[in-house]
Amino acid sequence: MSIAVYFSSLSLLKLLKNMPGGIAQGLIWGLMALGVYITFRLLDVADLTVDGSFTTGGACTVMLILAGWPAWAALLVAVLAGVAAGFCTGMLHTKLGIPAILAGILTQFSLYSINLHIMGMAANKAVSVDKFSLILSSRSVPMAILTGFLIALALVSLFYWYFGTEQGSALRATGSNGAMSRAQGIDVDAMKVLGLSISNGVVALSGGLMAQYQGFADINMGRGAIVIGLAAVIIGEVVGRALLGKRLNFYGTLSFTVIGGVLYYAVVVIVLWLKLNSNDLKLFTAIIVAVFLSVPYLRDQSKTSFARLKKKGGSPNA
Amino acid sequence: MLKLEHLYKTFNPGTINQKVALSDLSLHLNPGDFVTVIGGNGAGKSTMLNAIAGVWAVDSGRIILDGQDVTALPEHKRANFIGRVFQDPMMGTAPNMQLEENLALAMRRGQRRGLGWGVTKAEREVYREKLKTLNLGLEDRMTVKVGLLSGGQRQALTLLMASLQKPKLLLLDEHTAALDPATAAKVLDLSDRIVAENQLTALMITHNMTDAIKHGNRLIMMNEGQIILDISGEEKKQLTKQMLMDKFAELAGTQVESDQVLLSK
Repeated sequence: MSIAVYFSSLSLLKLLKNMPGGIAQGLIWGLMALGVYITFRLLDVADLTVDGSFTTGGACTVMLILAGWPAWAALLVAVLAGVAAGFCTGMLHTKLGIPAILAGILTQFSLYSINLHIMGMAANKAVSVDKFSLILSSRSVPMAILTGFLIALALVSLFYWYFGTEQGSALRATGSNGAMSRAQGIDVDAMKVLGLSISNGVVALSGGLMAQYQGFADINMGRGAIVIGLAAVIIGEVVGRALLGKRLNFYGTLSFTVIGGVLYYAVVVIVLWLKLNSNDLKLFTAIIVAVFLSVPYLRDQSKTSFARLKKKGGSPNA
Repeated sequence: MLKLEHLYKTFNPGTINQKVALSDLSLHLNPGDFVTVIGGNGAGKSTMLNAIAGVWAVDSGRIILDGQDVTALPEHKRANFIGRVFQDPMMGTAPNMQLEENLALAMRRGQRRGLGWGVTKAEREVYREKLKTLNLGLEDRMTVKVGLLSGGQRQALTLLMASLQKPKLLLLDEHTAALDPATAAKVLDLSDRIVAENQLTALMITHNMTDAIKHGNRLIMMNEGQIILDISGEEKKQLTKQMLMDKFAELAGTQVESDQVLLSK
């Protein structure tokens, strides 16, 4: 009985109404996922700086727009601030020998104070689309989707080009095999710093766009960004491989990273529509990421493992 | 071409794991020297190669390559002059990158890596021709990820990569030790050919005494971080395994029993 009441209370129309907003937000998070992809997949580093640099991007953008800067110039400064954050993490890691994951945590932790300073010691700063000219806003969702799509297209193309260049190849080689890269004359430390800087620049751009979309910057807006970014990267990979298989080239991989962000947010909209407790969203996301991260490992294990031998009741070569 | 002057290196100094790896090591290579290096475990063979490559800084001494003092240069800068092949076939190539991308990375050793294309059409043809000479059919698999190749194929590829930009010095660190005997023989032949064709100066570590005698124009034996035997020219051509074993017993003294087993592997 109560189940029937529950289902009758769900309106498909409401889902359709909320979906475009989810797609717009998903596109913005998808941009952030591109940054996470650079560190996580290409450099083979889990960079936790992004939780801080996402907020930094939002804070810089909002404060500069409030100070009368045009939105595009504010975003540019936000990107530079993100680059600086990534640079700090890179230097902590390469010059001071701090493990990459800890270096990222340190930068992220310090950014909390810095972000508060940027926002004039306020935890929250609003920027109204009525008073300022913003690049995108939740007030006009279709335009926001179009703008987000165009920015994503430009970034994916830019990265596709860059990682095909000599310098981009050297960066990818650094993540693939450090010893080999050094033996080929690549300055591995410089490449790591460069990769972390580029990545956090993109993340800050995404934060700046998100602040404009939602109309405010919040000190906690970047919390868990790394997990959402990883979720987008992984969902994108799984879906990309399922749809394109071996035809999935680098352009496709980058595109599906953004699509992964959109799919993630579509799921979020559905979860909210089902009236599940939105406070459980982070738990839900963490479980999804854990499951997908473990799939490759478990797949290998099922091929060559003690479990398999046990199932067969002995060695296949016995 | 290469001068090592009084090199010293001690690992973990002042701890219980202290290990003197190089002790007053000096060596002078002439251009075109192809030197095989033998010695027991812990004799300092790999340490010498790593010192030359700049994997870490030596404690004291000087390393001079083609007249230039490289002692203070970091590894990636020395790589401009040095080609290397490692013992582990996984170590010399980038597994997540395509075969042609790996070659392109090696082709740019010693050059500025800018924003030009990572692999150009013209160089693809060069690579195809070079790969054909390996006789492994790799010329038809240029866009395959290197991680999918076998150990032998990866070692052959690493050798090719080390010679794409002619190095002043080629370092081969037991580069056939992880391969099966047939593949090892092939990779050794290829090494001979690449050294001869490019007139390279090379150092090759091996645990196989027969290989050490058969290849190169000069042989050095190491013990306790020093060179204890240096044979070249006619004298090397006359060498036999038994003579080497006797020499080792004579020079190394007390450790003979254990090391003889190892050296005759």
